[in-house]
Amino acid sequence: MKLYDSTESPLNVLDAVGAIDDGPIKGYVHSVESFGSVDGPGIRFVVFLQGCRMRCQYCHNPDTWNIGVGDEMTADQILDDAIRYKAFWGEQGGMTCSGGESLVQLDFLLDLFTKAKGRGISTCLDTSGQPFTRDEPWFSKFEQLMKVTDVSLVDIKHINSAEHKKLTGFGNENILDMIQYMSANNCDMWIRHVLVPQRTDDDHYLAELGEYIKTLNNVQKVEVLPYHTLGVKKYHELGITYPLEGIEPPTAARVKNAENLLHTSDYNDWKTWRPRP
Amino acid sequence: MKQLDKTDAKNYWEGFNGGAWQDEINVRDFIQQNLTQYDGDETFLAGPTEATTILNNQVLNLKKQERENGGVLDADTNVVATITSHGPGYLNKDLEKIVGIQTDKPFKRAFMPFGGIRMAEDALESYGFKPDPEMHKIFTAYHKTHNQGVFDVYTPDMRAARHYKIVTGLPDAYARGRIVADFPRIAIYGIDALMASKANDFAHIGDGEMTDDVIRLREQVSDQYRALNDIKKMAASYGYDISKPATNAQEAVQWIYFGYLAAVKTQNGAAMSVGRIDTTIDAFIQRDMKRGLINESQAQELIDHLVMKLRMVRFIRTEEYNDLFSGDPIWATLSLGGVGYDGRHHITKTAFRFLKTLDNMGAAPEPNITLLWDDLLPKGFKRYATEVSIKSSTIQYENDSLMRTEWGTDYYGIACCVSAQPIQDGVQFFGARANLAKAILYAINGGVDEIAEKQVGPETEPIDSDVIDYNEFMKKFDVQLAWLADVYVNALNAIQYMHDKYYYESAQLALKNTRLDYTFATGISGFSHAVDSISAIKYGKVHPIRDEKGVAVDFKAEDNDYPRYGNNDDRADDIAKWLVKHFYEMMNTHHLYHNAKLSTSVLTITSNVVYGKNTGTTPNGRQKGDPFSPGANPAYGAEKNGALASLMSTAKIPYHYATDGISNTFGVTPNTLGHDDETRKDTLVNMIDGYMENNGMHLNINVFNKETLIDAQKHPEEYPTLTVRVSGYCVYFADLTKEQQDDVISRTFFEEM
Repeated sequence: MKLYDSTESPLNVLDAVGAIDDGPIKGYVHSVESFGSVDGPGIRFVVFLQGCRMRCQYCHNPDTWNIGVGDEMTADQILDDAIRYKAFWGEQGGMTCSGGESLVQLDFLLDLFTKAKGRGISTCLDTSGQPFTRDEPWFSKFEQLMKVTDVSLVDIKHINSAEHKKLTGFGNENILDMIQYMSANNCDMWIRHVLVPQRTDDDHYLAELGEYIKTLNNVQKVEVLPYHTLGVKKYHELGITYPLEGIEPPTAARVKNAENLLHTSDYNDWKTWRPRP
Repeated sequence: MKQLDKTDAKNYWEGFNGGAWQDEINVRDFIQQNLTQYDGDETFLAGPTEATTILNNQVLNLKKQERENGGVLDADTNVVATITSHGPGYLNKDLEKIVGIQTDKPFKRAFMPFGGIRMAEDALESYGFKPDPEMHKIFTAYHKTHNQGVFDVYTPDMRAARHYKIVTGLPDAYARGRIVADFPRIAIYGIDALMASKANDFAHIGDGEMTDDVIRLREQVSDQYRALNDIKKMAASYGYDISKPATNAQEAVQWIYFGYLAAVKTQNGAAMSVGRIDTTIDAFIQRDMKRGLINESQAQELIDHLVMKLRMVRFIRTEEYNDLFSGDPIWATLSLGGVGYDGRHHITKTAFRFLKTLDNMGAAPEPNITLLWDDLLPKGFKRYATEVSIKSSTIQYENDSLMRTEWGTDYYGIACCVSAQPIQDGVQFFGARANLAKAILYAINGGVDEIAEKQVGPETEPIDSDVIDYNEFMKKFDVQLAWLADVYVNALNAIQYMHDKYYYESAQLALKNTRLDYTFATGISGFSHAVDSISAIKYGKVHPIRDEKGVAVDFKAEDNDYPRYGNNDDRADDIAKWLVKHFYEMMNTHHLYHNAKLSTSVLTITSNVVYGKNTGTTPNGRQKGDPFSPGANPAYGAEKNGALASLMSTAKIPYHYATDGISNTFGVTPNTLGHDDETRKDTLVNMIDGYMENNGMHLNINVFNKETLIDAQKHPEEYPTLTVRVSGYCVYFADLTKEQQDDVISRTFFEEM
């Protein structure tokens, strides 16, 4: 392979050499899905990044937990694949990074989203916010990331930090801090809440969450995601005990109840939402 | 050409915009001049009238009785069906706005022996009817049938290819179908003008030198002329004089339907397409509305009653036929929409009205509604269509831009299930399918059939190495393919010749131009399995496992990660592209009847189940007897990168060679499309747009949960109208065989991650 074109300027040659020294940043990818239509606005190419520290009891992708494994890919490799589906994206669609927890691989994510926006691909971040911190250098990179993120799907697992910890292994203070940042800095977001009977389906806390969401800016959509049991098989395959054994998906009435308490029908900006140019 | 006699027609045509259509038979120009585009949404539509509901309940009740009666309610045993063989028949004369049925009673099936007397008798007997021995005598002793003609000339190789099922479904005992007649001609011009035009054509065929071609065409046009006269007589028996143009919308719909009725009274074709009638009917409705003669509810009623009639068409067929094409389909394919060469879309309010029938009268498989999709169709219509898809899974989508470019006209219709055909001057000779998955096995086994263990293809040295060598395989595959192309195309030459001779479609061809372009249709089955098998041999190091006779009966790939078709992976998709083009070129080296132009297809209807049943284990791991994936769909379980990756693979197959159609049947659960109705519609619209932009040709869309199908299999009585799209048509799920139901259930349904 030719390292650089001899007609290029010396500056570009230096850049090229520099890139070879460090090598392009690589991400650990669990898998990709060409057809995501419930992972942000429009039809989206979904990249499932590997690695997550939370251990949500209802997680349906336990195979994405381990950090530092998976297929190593560069941003351009992923984008070359994604862009083949551009014709399906319409006015709202594009790419979504999910996981795992995308923010675990912040450096790579920043590279990926920057390059995606450079190629005209809309970016959507699906996150639980767990890695969020105002410590440097992490925070500056996060701020950069938000500049190249069109919309974030933020999952609030529980509004009460103690309950949050029981459910996921972590408290929610830094997660709510991230949401505050997004609210204050013009970052569009969808708020999502997984409704799990006996775990998150509590009128008191749901009402509290509903009130909390009301205080936020830039909320395009609020979604109640009914817990499902599609992940159980993976637990059995991986030989992990399933923490929600015996818990059935919520009834339609309970889903409706949660939607009322979260005032989901008040948030409709997603319908006319468009990615940033 | 002689000009049309306008003096009389002028009164009938008042209120329409004039144009070339007034000087010659030219429905396309009539549409161009009288198109009223509609860019709004569905809110203007009207619900069913009381008469519609009463009649529809009557039809549903007959359907129920028919199912309870084992599939056929009543059948003729001693009247040979012709255009005029039966007096008028009604559902409820007082309520029907559109009249006419195939025989004298609704749901009574006609006796059609011209394709083959044995087939007609077998069909009767398999439903417990006793064929009239007199009929047997007539069609054996005195009158030859199409079937007998073909078998009089078949070569031993053709019989063998047919017997061992490397070629299947040949129309050698039933009608070839696939003619889209220009039915609107009757409404716009009246029968007399059409007869005059045919008489004029007849006078100019040949210069008296009686070559074979001249004799054939003169005889055919005489038959057409007679058929037109018979259509007039048949209409008269219902009290309508259709000699002149229709004077209002009700007459226009009725005139068009009489044309269609003549077709289904005389031919039990593998497709009895309705063609493209929406814009013509719309022009008549528009004119009536301007004149204050009709309101929306009345307009809808006409469309509802027409569609109800299309839902009532029946043919009696043998069990073997039903195994191939399950669910009693007649493929009354109705094409809606499209875009003209001038850039105007052809969405009218009547296109909406046709979709509304599914709401007013419930879901039903016929007519086989086909949307000629283009990016330029208005958003309101796109969203309404996808809403209907989500509710009823009854629509197929085809790429208008691709077809109108390839076929050189914007006035084409869908013949059969998927194939395009110029309506004014194009005809297709239907030609079933060659089984390429089996051809792969013949290459490995030296031409020995893996099921019968008999020499069928050309005898070559079987591949006897531990790992199949790719180069050796490809050489041997070519030998078998060349043989298959030869036998297949030449069997079809015999079939088309005899069909013209003994079962000529005079009623339908009377409603087309006299000078026609012919397409010689062929088809490929077992496509994805053939492609993945080649890829396995190329990339996966395949070990054959042989039985005691040395026939490869199983395969093991050393590297099971070889590329598979359906993942947008060029390594596999290039094999797919190559295979279609290569087989086409091999077939194209042969003589083709009537100087037809060769076309091929990658679509299988429901026959993928039967083809699979007769094919041994293939190198891609598909087990002996397992169904093939339908049409151009990837093999079950091969898709690893989601729905769009799968669609992109299919979209790469070159339509230029497979102009007969490349079918993809797409199943998806509602929740995968989105969490709410609006998102679901948008997702489907974007998905179809994206597929077509990438040159995808055809898409069946099924939206439901697998659990629904499993429940419907257990309790069919609770799902009497649950419809499913299979390759190229639509069926009541309850009317499928158990095996085909299992196949539909086991197909890939794209589900949420």
